[in-house]
Amino acid sequence: MSTHVVSPARTGVWAAIGAITMSFAAYTSALVVRAGDSADWVHVHLPWLVYANTLTLIASSITLEVGRWRVSGRFDSRVSGLSLLRVTLALGLVFLFGQVMAWRMLAAQGLSLATNPNASFFYVLTAVHALHLVGGLIGLAYVIYRARLSAFPSPGPVSASTLGAVALYWHFMDVVWLYLLVVLTLWL
Amino acid sequence: MTTISTPHEAAVHHHAPPDSFIRKYVFSLDHKVIGKQYLGLALVAVCTGMVLSWYMRLHLGFPDAKAPGLGLITPEQYLQLMTMHGTIMVFFVLTTAPFAGFGNYVLPIQVGAEDMAFPRFNMMSFWVTFVAFAILVASFFVPEGPALSGWTAYAPLSAVGKDAGPGQGLGQTLWAFSILFFCIGQLLGSLNFIATTLDLRTKGMSLARLPYCTWAWFITSVIGLIAFSVLMPACVLLILDRVAGTSFFIPAGLVVSDRLQNHGGGSPLLWQHLFWFFGHPEVYIAILPGFGIISTILPVFARKPLLGPNVFLACMVAIGFLSYTVWGHHMFLSGMSPTSATIFSVPTLIITIPAAIVTLLWIGTVYGARLRFTTACLFCLGFISVFVTGGLSGFFLAQPSIDTYLHATYFVVGHFHFVMGVAAMFGIFAGTYYWFPKMFGRMMDERLGKIHFILTLIGVYAIFMPMHYLGMAGNIRRYSSFPADYMGVDLPVHRWITIAALLTGAVQLIFLYNLIRSRFAGEAAPDNPWQATSLEWSTTSPPPFDNFGGRHLVVAHGPNDYGVAGPDGRDYIMQAE
Repeated sequence: MSTHVVSPARTGVWAAIGAITMSFAAYTSALVVRAGDSADWVHVHLPWLVYANTLTLIASSITLEVGRWRVSGRFDSRVSGLSLLRVTLALGLVFLFGQVMAWRMLAAQGLSLATNPNASFFYVLTAVHALHLVGGLIGLAYVIYRARLSAFPSPGPVSASTLGAVALYWHFMDVVWLYLLVVLTLWL
Repeated sequence: MTTISTPHEAAVHHHAPPDSFIRKYVFSLDHKVIGKQYLGLALVAVCTGMVLSWYMRLHLGFPDAKAPGLGLITPEQYLQLMTMHGTIMVFFVLTTAPFAGFGNYVLPIQVGAEDMAFPRFNMMSFWVTFVAFAILVASFFVPEGPALSGWTAYAPLSAVGKDAGPGQGLGQTLWAFSILFFCIGQLLGSLNFIATTLDLRTKGMSLARLPYCTWAWFITSVIGLIAFSVLMPACVLLILDRVAGTSFFIPAGLVVSDRLQNHGGGSPLLWQHLFWFFGHPEVYIAILPGFGIISTILPVFARKPLLGPNVFLACMVAIGFLSYTVWGHHMFLSGMSPTSATIFSVPTLIITIPAAIVTLLWIGTVYGARLRFTTACLFCLGFISVFVTGGLSGFFLAQPSIDTYLHATYFVVGHFHFVMGVAAMFGIFAGTYYWFPKMFGRMMDERLGKIHFILTLIGVYAIFMPMHYLGMAGNIRRYSSFPADYMGVDLPVHRWITIAALLTGAVQLIFLYNLIRSRFAGEAAPDNPWQATSLEWSTTSPPPFDNFGGRHLVVAHGPNDYGVAGPDGRDYIMQAE
């Protein structure tokens, strides 16, 4: 890949990363102000499931990277690469399902969105992350769909630009989630 | 799957012109149609906002008069008019027209691209913005009417629901959803502007050769990307406080309308911080495209290059950066410590330095030039005038001690209407008179345009200058009327402003008439009526679907080659020749 490749998709994802970073910075500052400003800040135990979900999400990034590497290789490895992209998509769905289950575990403890500010922030931050992750799932599904349509015709390896942009976004979702986990663990 | 694309290939969009009416004019992917849609939306919005301001002015000048359709305006109705006027004007006019409207139409052509980087996102951007406007307008028609907590929607008034007054029920919820959607629309637009400017430039179009308005739209989209990303979470939290019973912004033990609010522990100041972290950069989102438009148009009619183009760009970047350090100057009265107030006051004063340099560059560009006094040129000069006038009052407001007295008065109303409202509007007018021939292939009527300019310039000074005196006299803003108290002596001034506002509003009918008449019966426009250099003048008026009819322009010159020995005895060299 030459260094002069122009990829609007990648530029767009970098810009989106900037925007999403600012969004979560805003949520974080709201959390810090809210925690420091009030007497109703209590302690909430995060459900154990969120840690398991974290592993799922990290695994999805690994399958995506390996899949991306194989997809750009020889024909036989491209097929397995495509399968790994499907696995990534599935792991993303598993993560989302796990997050919903984590919400239900929290709800079973009697903590709903408005019970206390800690619960409010947990639900809001995880939900906003999940919404952004859905964007990544749509991107993955699009890439797989396009790959299936073209069935990897030669010439040349599969595009670095679209898949690269989707992968960049997906890994960024990992980073955001790890960041949120630290923030939630420290403040809740 | 797409293959690795070269810069050349990336600039080529492989979509054929659509045939159906819907794809051509409604859900169009063409940046030119989307730009016109944004401008059309802004035109509807500005007319709506102006009518709302007439109702307010009518009541302020003649408190006992019955307003057509509303009867005697109540204080609550006045606040609703004010809230909707501010929201519509700031979001749906001053953001959509100079940035999303002209930017969408002109930016891709100026960089030599066939369309935006992400045409589908671009279409979504407009339609999400349209839905946002529809939601906002719908709040006029719900029981108890639209929100009344101002365009800043300060919590807890905006967060507690209908106990806070008529319109604070469903009306305020709709307001919050409208702004949330608006944020999404502008974020999609900003993404497009950034990727298009960076990646879809044609051969030879280095960043240094970008026309100044494209630079301004690019910087504005970076500012917007950051600002709207912060307003969006604020809206989400506000909506949750309103509909889900959370307490992000509502403090404990709050009693509104004799009812204890079932919330606790939230921070009203948090809303102010989040809102103004967006709100101050928003001022520059509204005005920087105007900077770019003026810097592009003035050299054309001065037949001289813009003075100090690199200094100009550096100043715009500096303003963009500084705009994120000053939001607290909107909150001097929120009980912040003198130290914090100073921390926000100093960069507020510093930001006047790049703004003043830019102004001097414009004056230096005009100095010694043999100006061609077209309407577009006149509006550029008017822009400089109102921007300086509005900027000067900013010096006073930037001092916390002076702001303490002036903040809640008409002085601030006069200040921001000049520096942000009228200045940005003059930028929009300049852009309209300048690009109309390109957009519709017909010239606008210059004689009507000049009458429109002169009367509007006199009008805006007649409206907003006296507001500074009202403010210094202690006339509080946001009150619906004050016939019986100490502010009663100000009534004649209010009456003057009201008459001036109604007349200046009527003058805009000349512009509307000119717009409609020229659209259908204007003189046919040549490709380059103003003898300008940038790429949009190297194609037909209006441009074909793919902007350049399959040609791939190669750029060999900067945008600033005026007053030079060009080919064929011309005094300018076009960028692509």
